[in-house]
Amino acid sequence: MKTMATLETTPAVADPMLPQPHVVQRVDKETPDTFSLTVDPQDGVDDVAFRPGQFSMLWVFGVGELPISISGDPTQRGRLVYTVRSVGKATNALVSRKVGDGIGVRGPFGVGWPLEVARGRDVIVVAGGIGLAPLRPIIYEVLQNREQYGRLVLLYGTRSPRDVLYRKELAVWARQPETQVLTSVDYGGLSWHGHVGVVTTLFKYARLHPSRSVAMICGPEIMMRFVTRELEMQGLKREDIYVSMERNMKCGVGLCGHCQYGPYFICKDGPVFPYERIRTLLDKYEL
Amino acid sequence: METLERIIADHPFFAGLESYYTGLLTGCASNVRFNAGAYLFKEGEPANNFYLIRSGKVALEILPPHNRPINVETLTEGEILGWSWLLPPYIWSFHAHALQDTRAIALDGKCLRTKCEQNHDLGYEVLKRFGQIMARRLQATRIQLLDMYAQK
Repeated sequence: MKTMATLETTPAVADPMLPQPHVVQRVDKETPDTFSLTVDPQDGVDDVAFRPGQFSMLWVFGVGELPISISGDPTQRGRLVYTVRSVGKATNALVSRKVGDGIGVRGPFGVGWPLEVARGRDVIVVAGGIGLAPLRPIIYEVLQNREQYGRLVLLYGTRSPRDVLYRKELAVWARQPETQVLTSVDYGGLSWHGHVGVVTTLFKYARLHPSRSVAMICGPEIMMRFVTRELEMQGLKREDIYVSMERNMKCGVGLCGHCQYGPYFICKDGPVFPYERIRTLLDKYEL
Repeated sequence: METLERIIADHPFFAGLESYYTGLLTGCASNVRFNAGAYLFKEGEPANNFYLIRSGKVALEILPPHNRPINVETLTEGEILGWSWLLPPYIWSFHAHALQDTRAIALDGKCLRTKCEQNHDLGYEVLKRFGQIMARRLQATRIQLLDMYAQK
């Protein structure tokens, strides 16, 4: 049986401000604008464990540094995978790395998904767009430690068929026991024979047991607001819902204040929060 | 064999409806079947029916000018298709395209409108149920309009 390193706190990072040199091992094109980079520590650099839901600061030398969620398998110690959507200069530079190129990695940082809370219960994962990336490690965790969890229900919504991430894995996950995978796109073409509609419309097909479930959500904030409402309508308690937030993280350790969110720093107190803790902040557009 | 009345009475859309009313509805109902690729109806055609989908999958499509159809919603087993029969001018606003072989109960809109006019209690029960579906789909459409996964 594979197990992951379960850590209650952020793994100790020797010097959290010092990027550690890593080498790109693979670049996988997931969609026309989204790529997964697999990196290993350069010889002589210590590898680190991470918890599902944590993020790293990735440094492209001469361009800049970006906060990117870790989207790989937590059991593969040392090997880190990042799924990056190319939306600007720094992300463009990152996805343009070739095998053998170097990048700097700081972290992992932040609070991850609540594994201890989820053990023994059904896990409902709701992902929107590239929000599936920070949730993939929890899916690996559940599927590799099947006896420790109840059913896994993944509801994944994205923009169009060409934006569907991890297509092959979605098909593999859907065949696993005690697992339901539902995918939807907001707009479909003639060749798409899957579901069309916003991610909340998938709930009518989901086989949920709200009283024994914990839900984990990641996607655009507006999507998470509608999904949390839907989960409550389905009968989930607020305290059983967790969301992953995103802001402009810089230092990664709660010093610089760039990612302040009300009384919290997303990089240190999050990015995963109990929904109940930040519920009133989600409706404040000025935050 | 399941009777039409039993199927209608057991459908979640009509849950809680008195048997007298399901009897009235059954008088307007028929079994229909569409092969994959067939159109249940097309935009601009008279809207004379609505459908309780029993199996299969149907896409609601919009045909933008000079472009391919866009699938804006899919409906499957247990769902309701169509409300244009309920409100004037009784014209379909979308294409409904069977993506899979599809079985449904078709309810004759003209027949049902007449019965609802004659029996307003039935009309209210029907309107309440369609109102819920309309509200949920309107909300879903508004979220869809946000295009929330687009690059900002």
